[in-house]
Amino acid sequence: MKCQHCEKPATFHITELTEPSGPTVLHLCEEHARTFLSADGTATPASALASLLAKQLKMEKVAEDLAISDKKTCPICGISFADFRKGGRLGCAYDYVAFEDELEPLLVNIHGALAHTGKVPTNQSGSPERQHRLMQLKSEMKEAITREDYETASRLRDKISSIESDDESSWTDDALDEDVDDEDEEDDTFQAEPPIV
Amino acid sequence: MRGHGPESDIVMSSRIRLARNLAEFPFIRKCTPKDRTAVATAVHRALDSLPLSADTEYVDVAKLGDLDRQFLMERQLISHELNESQGARAVILDPKERFSIMVNEEDHLRLQVMQSGLDLESAWKRMDQLDDQLESKLTYAFTKRLGYLTACPTNVGTGLRVSVMLHLPALVTTKQIDKVFRALNKINVAVRGLFGEGSQFMGDFYQISNQTTLGKSELGLVAKVQEVVPRLIEYERRARDFLVSESRQDLHDNVSRALGILCTAKKISSEETMHYLSKVRMGVNLGLIEDVKIPTVNKLFIHTQPAHLQKLCGRKLSVTDRNIERANYLQLHLSKRSENEKN
Repeated sequence: MKCQHCEKPATFHITELTEPSGPTVLHLCEEHARTFLSADGTATPASALASLLAKQLKMEKVAEDLAISDKKTCPICGISFADFRKGGRLGCAYDYVAFEDELEPLLVNIHGALAHTGKVPTNQSGSPERQHRLMQLKSEMKEAITREDYETASRLRDKISSIESDDESSWTDDALDEDVDDEDEEDDTFQAEPPIV
Repeated sequence: MRGHGPESDIVMSSRIRLARNLAEFPFIRKCTPKDRTAVATAVHRALDSLPLSADTEYVDVAKLGDLDRQFLMERQLISHELNESQGARAVILDPKERFSIMVNEEDHLRLQVMQSGLDLESAWKRMDQLDDQLESKLTYAFTKRLGYLTACPTNVGTGLRVSVMLHLPALVTTKQIDKVFRALNKINVAVRGLFGEGSQFMGDFYQISNQTTLGKSELGLVAKVQEVVPRLIEYERRARDFLVSESRQDLHDNVSRALGILCTAKKISSEETMHYLSKVRMGVNLGLIEDVKIPTVNKLFIHTQPAHLQKLCGRKLSVTDRNIERANYLQLHLSKRSENEKN
């Protein structure tokens, strides 16, 4: 079968589900498949399609998407997604949170699954979000001590010890949002999701 | 590779490994030398407070010489990566070599449990207990959604690799091995050489293992590998039967010549030794070679490796000297005639 737009053989057969008139089938060569994907920009159906096609394109994402992903950096260990792609190894557990969108298609490709169904440790305090929160609180406490704001420092110390005593409710996302709202006026930099640098 | 256990004429060993990381440290590539030492100390301390520490030995791999490290690698107690890498790293050894725990390999912890012959379920049971014990003292990086978090996304989830080492000389001789492996790859079962990832297929030994670690339970992954092995055993047996029925004389000649070379060579490389030992092993299993025992052959596979040979001689040897010593060693253990002469 030939590509709909040129004489080359069609190697991509895409079923487009976004049309109001129902699914449309496209037969494209590799070059036109890439153009088709990048033209659709960042709209959700297109990105869903992109992740699907990433498999066919041997994990080569459309160049622009890749450039954006590559610049993402983990706020904890500091590696960028490009660093990971080069070495094939992640820098810390929080990378699974920081690069969630990028890793998802990769995990589907490798494992054909996205959810753990195996063993669960009895001690579940090793979540990367918890580690992230602890690190952040500790650095805030240090800062508070430096500027001699002992009241804030002692509040932060209590919070740290409450997290360290494995009180799960103290570091879940809901609790974190509340923390930001009701407490530290200076602390408006915390986001449940790390910032994209 | 003690030569016993179910299906031990074809299955050399069953092996299970788990990848684990400590929650409070970055993964290895971002560990500072201080972090690496702290990880090793945390693991050492955790181990000391466990009952199993009484029977285990904590070995500081960074302090070992080249020969000792290679020796541990040849016994498959440490990996190539742990042998070659730099910085603080360790291995915890069970004196009976039923398990080992590598510290600061690709992940902070690599636990492995070994078993002779085909017995994955009991290997998993022992691994599960070992993991439980360590977990009671250490906090692993874990999320409910993705499971145990690992440095490489190929291990995330269970962090489990289930592998079975098979000796498949007849499938190699009848040139069916590639066909079998293509079929295995289609069902997400990986094939590796004797020393794991990237190693050569030496002595017709192949490691069969699961390729995925996420989305299935540990027992599900064990079952998947367990399911494939009997079929491979059957193919190998059929190929052996075919060789015996179609060309018994050629086969007999072939394995006897292999034994002849091993018994009479004056200089022999490790690779050549593996090649001929493999044929001898098949010959013994098919009753074509009578005066050699399987445990002897299994032992020779390991003892003729470079580091083992040097340990046995008690000194460092050049490649040429090793080839001479290897030939002597083989002669001593394989040829009755030479034993009588020496006695």
